[in-house]
Amino acid sequence: MIPVEYYVGLSAILFLIGGIGFLVRRNVLVALMSIEVMLNATNLALVAFNRQHAQAHTGQVLSFFVIAVAAAEAAVGLAIVLSFFRLKRTVRSDEADLLRN
Amino acid sequence: MLNLLLLLDIVPGPANPAAPVPETPQGPWMGFAYFGFCAVLAVVGAIATVASPNPIRGAMGLLLMIISIAGLFLALHAQFIAAIQVIVYAGAIVVLFLFVIMLLGSDAQTPSDQRGRIPRFGAAALFAGLGLAALTLLGRTMAKPKLPGDVGSDFGSIDSIGKVLFTDMLVPFEISSALLIVAVVGAIAVARGKHGELAEKGALNK
Repeated sequence: MIPVEYYVGLSAILFLIGGIGFLVRRNVLVALMSIEVMLNATNLALVAFNRQHAQAHTGQVLSFFVIAVAAAEAAVGLAIVLSFFRLKRTVRSDEADLLRN
Repeated sequence: MLNLLLLLDIVPGPANPAAPVPETPQGPWMGFAYFGFCAVLAVVGAIATVASPNPIRGAMGLLLMIISIAGLFLALHAQFIAAIQVIVYAGAIVVLFLFVIMLLGSDAQTPSDQRGRIPRFGAAALFAGLGLAALTLLGRTMAKPKLPGDVGSDFGSIDSIGKVLFTDMLVPFEISSALLIVAVVGAIAVARGKHGELAEKGALNK
């Protein structure tokens, strides 16, 4: 049986990779995918902690809601990317300066 | 096969807690090998998602990471969440990403340039430092690892999660359905533009 710390460590590593990708990459699509990586890492930690404190299903139910929110976020985010591309003909995030000045 | 599932902690052992599952000669190595396999695939997928210049390869890396995390969920007694993970993430979200990437065509891949390099990489290095500090703190607790106890066979099944969802968590569950409806309507409203100009001009065809 694997100790819970291993799962939490893996979750931290995945969250780190996703966060670095979100900060470094300027392609909006890749930034959205990095957010999905971070949400997945959070889900892994939630389910692992729920495995350790197995009196209730709180962690698994919470990760279910996280998945629902991630689906909504991906739908709205990709719609914004499409609308942004129609305006600027690019998906580079530093071209998004409509609210400047 | 049942023996393998027992080792992976997918199927619970005998119901009598006084009689623990007898350790087989290969011991816990099967479980560790399964965890290591899934963990390496997940990290490789995450790195491919973040680092590949081509977004389609990134989406494929995301798919790899999602499926290997679903495998880890199985080993954590979360069968329902593993199924939801494959259905919603791999079946809906990754397909949505691929759809948008292919709709944008070659414009989805942005050329690399060096402007604003220092603040971006500085922020990333700061974030990585914080994360490494957290991992070091976690590594200190590794000396006395806590092994999770045995759970019943219905832990994490559709039956028990459904009971929780429709009793204790009923209000958040209904609110999440409202959230999804609002997200769908909002996505259509945002992506459609004013008066369907997309259809008139054929804007996405250039």
